[in-house]
Amino acid sequence: MSFARRIVPDLHLLTVAGFLSLYGVAMVYSAGQTDTPTAVAGVYKSQIVWLLLGMLGAYGISRSSVRFIEWMTWPFYFLSVGLLSLTLVGLGAGAGTAASTKSWLAIGGVRLGQPSELAKLTVVLALASLLSKRREPPKSLMDLWKPALTVLVPWVMIMLQPDLGTGIVFIGIFFGMLYWAGVSWPLLLLLGSPAVSLILSFSTGVWGAWFLVLLALVLWYKPYLIEGIVLVVMNIVTGVVAPLMWEKLAPYQQKRLLVFLDPSLDSRGSGYHVIQSKVAIGSGGWFGKGYTMGPQKRLAFLPEQQTDFIFSVVGEELGFIGVAVALTLFLMLFLRITKIASRANDSFSSLVAFGLMASWFVHVLVNVGMTLNLMPITGIPLPFFSYGGSFMLASWLAIGVLMRIAGEGKGRAVFTGS
Amino acid sequence: MSFHPNDIARRTRLSSIALSVGFLVLLTAFFRTQVLDTEKYAMQSEENRLRSIPVPAPRGIIYDLRGDIIAENLPGYRVSILSPRVDSLRATLGKLSGLIPISQREIENAVRRFRRAPNRPTVVLADASVDVVSVLEEHRLDFPQMIIQSVPKRYYPDGPLVSSFVGYTGEITEAELNLPKYAGYKPGQIVGKGGLEKEYEAILHGKEGVKFDEVDARGRPVRTSSMRPDIAAVPAPPMKTNIDMKLQKQMAAIFSDTLMGGAIAMDPKTGAVLALYSNPPFDPNRFTGGIPVDYWKELNTDPRKPLFNKVIQGTYPPASTYKLATATIALQNKLVRLDERMPISCGGGMQYGRRYFRCWEKRGHGSLDLQGAIEKSCDVYFYQVGIRVGLSNLVAGGISLGMREKSGIDLPNEYSPVFPYRDVKEYYNRKYGAGNWSNSESLNLSIGQGNNSQTVANMAKFFTALATDGKTSRPFLVSRAPERKQILNLKPEEFARIRAALAGVVSERGTAGGSRIQGLIIAGKTGTAQNPPNPDHAWFVGFAPADNPTILVAVFLEFGEHGWSAARVASRIMGYYTGKLPAEVVVTE
Repeated sequence: MSFARRIVPDLHLLTVAGFLSLYGVAMVYSAGQTDTPTAVAGVYKSQIVWLLLGMLGAYGISRSSVRFIEWMTWPFYFLSVGLLSLTLVGLGAGAGTAASTKSWLAIGGVRLGQPSELAKLTVVLALASLLSKRREPPKSLMDLWKPALTVLVPWVMIMLQPDLGTGIVFIGIFFGMLYWAGVSWPLLLLLGSPAVSLILSFSTGVWGAWFLVLLALVLWYKPYLIEGIVLVVMNIVTGVVAPLMWEKLAPYQQKRLLVFLDPSLDSRGSGYHVIQSKVAIGSGGWFGKGYTMGPQKRLAFLPEQQTDFIFSVVGEELGFIGVAVALTLFLMLFLRITKIASRANDSFSSLVAFGLMASWFVHVLVNVGMTLNLMPITGIPLPFFSYGGSFMLASWLAIGVLMRIAGEGKGRAVFTGS
Repeated sequence: MSFHPNDIARRTRLSSIALSVGFLVLLTAFFRTQVLDTEKYAMQSEENRLRSIPVPAPRGIIYDLRGDIIAENLPGYRVSILSPRVDSLRATLGKLSGLIPISQREIENAVRRFRRAPNRPTVVLADASVDVVSVLEEHRLDFPQMIIQSVPKRYYPDGPLVSSFVGYTGEITEAELNLPKYAGYKPGQIVGKGGLEKEYEAILHGKEGVKFDEVDARGRPVRTSSMRPDIAAVPAPPMKTNIDMKLQKQMAAIFSDTLMGGAIAMDPKTGAVLALYSNPPFDPNRFTGGIPVDYWKELNTDPRKPLFNKVIQGTYPPASTYKLATATIALQNKLVRLDERMPISCGGGMQYGRRYFRCWEKRGHGSLDLQGAIEKSCDVYFYQVGIRVGLSNLVAGGISLGMREKSGIDLPNEYSPVFPYRDVKEYYNRKYGAGNWSNSESLNLSIGQGNNSQTVANMAKFFTALATDGKTSRPFLVSRAPERKQILNLKPEEFARIRAALAGVVSERGTAGGSRIQGLIIAGKTGTAQNPPNPDHAWFVGFAPADNPTILVAVFLEFGEHGWSAARVASRIMGYYTGKLPAEVVVTE
């Protein structure tokens, strides 16, 4: 391999991801600084270990080739689906705000990791693999059955754990990648319509209005007849069965969704988290209470301060300035990845890059939104910040992939299809 | 797959815009929360971790006239619990009951206090012993919501000796909390329950303070907060009373364990109450921190009624002590002269209408003038005075002498005396029915029987007018300007003869001859109230020295049989006060 191409590392990406990770580790350390010491005090050490491991893995991946990654896609996809199914057959365990779920793979009570973290990566790869093989972007719903199935299988398993947050991430990945693959807006809308019906079904009037809009859209877009019928039926089904689905949700999930709408419903239970998080962030003001000094965190009013609510620690201790810096870093990361996607050497690489970005974007949106009660509490971590080994590792492996893609990119996207 | 460079560029542009919009939305939301609304959240954050603990103020110390302590405060321990809900309070109490003895009653009381004021620490043990506190301190970490406070607790060094006038303290009751008088009071607070403690509650209570502790989310105190300065409790000012503790002890010693009744000693010129004692007493110290059930039961089942104040609550026929009222009414109406002898000489009784009215002395007193009639307490003489004055004048006179009013002593729950009102006809018609009574009622009234029941305090007040220049002095335990009222308008020689007659009562001629004291002229009047089928009650109201009295004493003994037994008690009190008799040995059980 003496003639292996020299990869010029994407310093921009590396720097932003590095700063985000350092910022994150610093916040994990701060999260452990409470007046009554808990086990959280020491977790920053293992977070550093995972970060180093992740960086090492990222280096390794950046030395491999995109083709190798593409070749590994399907074996890894099935591996991740297999691991996910293990969590559903008695090896699952819960943690954090979603303590009653089974998103962790555990053997003998020892939690080994969250297969859903791996699945996020492999689903991105698998979707990229499927979508990149097409000459034309999918024009009809029929064209989408393979990508849809690819997402649906792990998604159903995750929803059975149940892990609503990760489920939302999968939906974000799916739609983001379809969009990047060139699927038109109306088709995306039609594809998403059953979900919209589901959400709007709580009010018959609103759902009725939506249904009329949908019918107009169907007539204008003129899908195949059978598609149109299936779509309309799907919408009716989700619109009608939603209340029944609601009954199927675990009580803690129902509670979370209700409390999302009105946190004061349960100021000592689920709503407590959101209220305390808002109080922590709001009391931070412009410059915050000082690094490690946040009283809400120190006195344990802030729940899950090292994982789901780590951004509240940022808000409380470093104030609006700290929040703005963190969000800006994320924006820089996402814009950079979008650029990498647009310059990628081949459509697979481009789709992988955009898919990873979409996945992180949903994470940030939902996690950060949750700390301010803009999103329901779904137990979804903040990339590079939240304490968690498998997520940190997965994130840096993804950075490694992106490094490789950026390195292979020629500065502009190339149509590589056959 | 459409990866034409133009498509790619368009999608890149659109995604970048979408990302930036998402970023801006989040940033705006944070700006609103952290910059615009920051004060609201800063306050909530402060409220979150500041726990306010009420700090009870020490009650005012009560002194006697010499500065001896009647009521003070000792350090005690109070255990309270902060809980968000009733069930968590019950759970904590359940856990606590595994460590220290907590009765079901204490648990129910705590729950009641919590329901009333859920945001205040709920008092569980108002007066915890050192043993209990040390056990709890050991397990402090298990009970983060527990607050152990050092609080002042009421203590009466002389205990039962002062219970008759000082009352006691206790936790404010549910009923009291609803009264406008106790507006602003919180459950678990201590209030005066009787006597001076209740009468002067507003003064003695002081002002509760607040201590701010910084606590963590589980309610564990972290440190004393510097965020908000504590508000110190304001101790109530000390209260000086007219009580003479030496005399009070003497009075209690004379009653000892055998006599039942009450006594009051006053300065007749000012109304200052020097001593006030009701026997049997109770121990006010046992009420502090919640009265033990068995003691409460004991007090309430005791036939001698320790909680019933015989000085201000017991109303009894004043009997012969009332003859001074009859005599002065007759004198003021010019219906009797000082040296006048009544037509019927006492032969042990007299016929009036269809009824024979007996004198207490079956052998008869013979013919007497007014002074002699008072000294010997001759009923037959006063029957004739009563007939001469007439029923309506007797009643009107009695009313003007204050026989229908409370004494106005500064103690709560004084009972009103029983006495007819001015429209005599209507009064008796309503009482007995028209035609079922006759003018013979005036015979009963004239000797202090009939529809006439007075408190010991009120008879003492009436006699302050006899002891001075015809003005009554309203009795006060806490010194203030004397409140005096002219009720007698007698000529100086009439006053002199009346006092001579009262002095004669406590002489070899009089009914209380046995109570004479060498070197002290005591003026007073005995009374023996009929109480069939039980033994008669004994009265004595008097003052000394007779010519310039410094002390007036009224004594009432239930089942005392004869007035002279009350006179013996009174004369010993006066003898001690004037320095003519040595102190009695104080008998304490």
